[in-house]
Amino acid sequence: MKDELIDYCLRLGDSSLILSHRIAEYCSKAPILEEDLAITNVGLDLLGQAENFLNYAAKLKGNTTADLLTFKRKEGDFRCLHLVQTPNTDFAFILARQFLMDCYHQILFSQLLNSKDETISGISKKAIKEVKYHLDRSIDWIKRLGLGTKESNERIQNAINDLWMYTDELFKDNSTDLSMDNNKIAPLSSSLKDEWSEMVVNTLKDSEIEVPEDIYYSLKYGKDGFHTEYLGYILAEMQHLPLLYPDASW
Amino acid sequence: MENERKLEEFQQKIDANIKIEPKDWMPEKYRQTLIRQISQHAHSEIIGMQPEGNWLTRAPSLRAKKILMAKIQDEAGHGLYLYCAAETLGVKREQFLQWLHEGKAKYSSVFNYPTLTWADMGAVGWLVDGAAIVNQVSLQGTSYGPYSRAMVKICMEESFHQRQGFEIMVQLAKGTEEQKQMAQDALNRWWWPSIMMFGPHDSESAHSNQSLKWKIKRESNDELRQRYINKTIEQGHHLGLTFPDPNLKFNEETKNYDYSPIDWDEFWNVVKGNGPGNKLRINHHIKAHEDGKWVREAAKAYSKKINLSKKIA
Repeated sequence: MKDELIDYCLRLGDSSLILSHRIAEYCSKAPILEEDLAITNVGLDLLGQAENFLNYAAKLKGNTTADLLTFKRKEGDFRCLHLVQTPNTDFAFILARQFLMDCYHQILFSQLLNSKDETISGISKKAIKEVKYHLDRSIDWIKRLGLGTKESNERIQNAINDLWMYTDELFKDNSTDLSMDNNKIAPLSSSLKDEWSEMVVNTLKDSEIEVPEDIYYSLKYGKDGFHTEYLGYILAEMQHLPLLYPDASW
Repeated sequence: MENERKLEEFQQKIDANIKIEPKDWMPEKYRQTLIRQISQHAHSEIIGMQPEGNWLTRAPSLRAKKILMAKIQDEAGHGLYLYCAAETLGVKREQFLQWLHEGKAKYSSVFNYPTLTWADMGAVGWLVDGAAIVNQVSLQGTSYGPYSRAMVKICMEESFHQRQGFEIMVQLAKGTEEQKQMAQDALNRWWWPSIMMFGPHDSESAHSNQSLKWKIKRESNDELRQRYINKTIEQGHHLGLTFPDPNLKFNEETKNYDYSPIDWDEFWNVVKGNGPGNKLRINHHIKAHEDGKWVREAAKAYSKKINLSKKIA
């Protein structure tokens, strides 16, 4: 069970880490200054969540640290979801990705508050407060873009259409999910889908955005250690200093 | 006659250290000087996000990444306070940005230098923010109320930024030989640009005298520069690093550090747009602004629709 718990912490930690990295890439590129501030706030919260879950994974593993897990781990050992790996194509993609993840985090962390594992429930207690305002912000933007102009509606529709297939992974159970559920540490991923769908579909409909059809997208996912082509580039950039200067501490 | 009387009263208020507020009468030149200075300050905060953002995705530890991200967010916040302070003088933010993009408004030239290694995150925090703080602490006492109040808030955060930079320098200076070299190289590249941040010598400064009289500026460029040099040299010695100036030595008589002549050709060349990063920085800002146009239009259209539906209801 310990291996599965580590794997689950890596999934949560890596997903927040990589999403935060994508937000960091967007630094100083937002449409208005207020949004630069807001999105960086979200990125900082995600980085804090990542650090908490990776610290716990490191403690369970022994002989490692959150930094070593972040900067010296190989791509195949990462467990981040495919959705968070997708690039910052434009503001609509950044926002749609964030909205889909915020809804997922809201539902997931609410459930994890009841985890039998005290560290997981503790981290979730802090995270859920942050996620609440992440979600408020992304719902507000989905409405602005969906109901704003013809162009904004087309762009956000296009982003939702393109990203939709990656949401399949959020609700697929693998052996880690089964173990977490059996041990009452976390719910099955599949059990989160109905509530997530309701939240997402309602917001999209209110915003005059069509809901795409579900696509059976892949046999293997980020949570299984099988990644998109994007992740290698992200890690090459993120890990380059510690790898280039292996004897240095930072 | 009326104007002369107003001008006299205005100067009396300044001399009595009474803050000037947005609705108070002020000479047009005072307003124009503040519009130029505050917006230039705001632009510097915003453009300054770029050289630091350049290393955000490559910060080598989770702690360093978090601190750098928080710092860049602070810069955006400072830009926001300052644009708001500048807007109280009757110019909209959109206009400030247009002037920036057209090259009519400037930002601190120091941000036209590239950040080439991780040590630059240390040197920028320690030296560039260190120089900025000296100026900003002095500006807390500026005569225009909104600018002064923005400075008080900004100064609190800037001192954290300088510590962040110094911490990186300490870590590198105490690290491996390669890390120490990285720190020394960054100090060599950022020392002179940070000294130039205080602007031309007092004898050459176009706006200084009137600004001092109106207490827009509280101390001269050379006084502030000397204070920065004095405090920074001590810190550099603590790091065990050397400064790229063979003539830097303590003068027992003046109780100040003497330094070599500043290369003003380089300074003016960068100010005029020929620094290594001038085009890069402005083009980045213009592109982000243009890419965001459809988003701003959507937000405006949505807000109109909401207001309209509220009215109907």
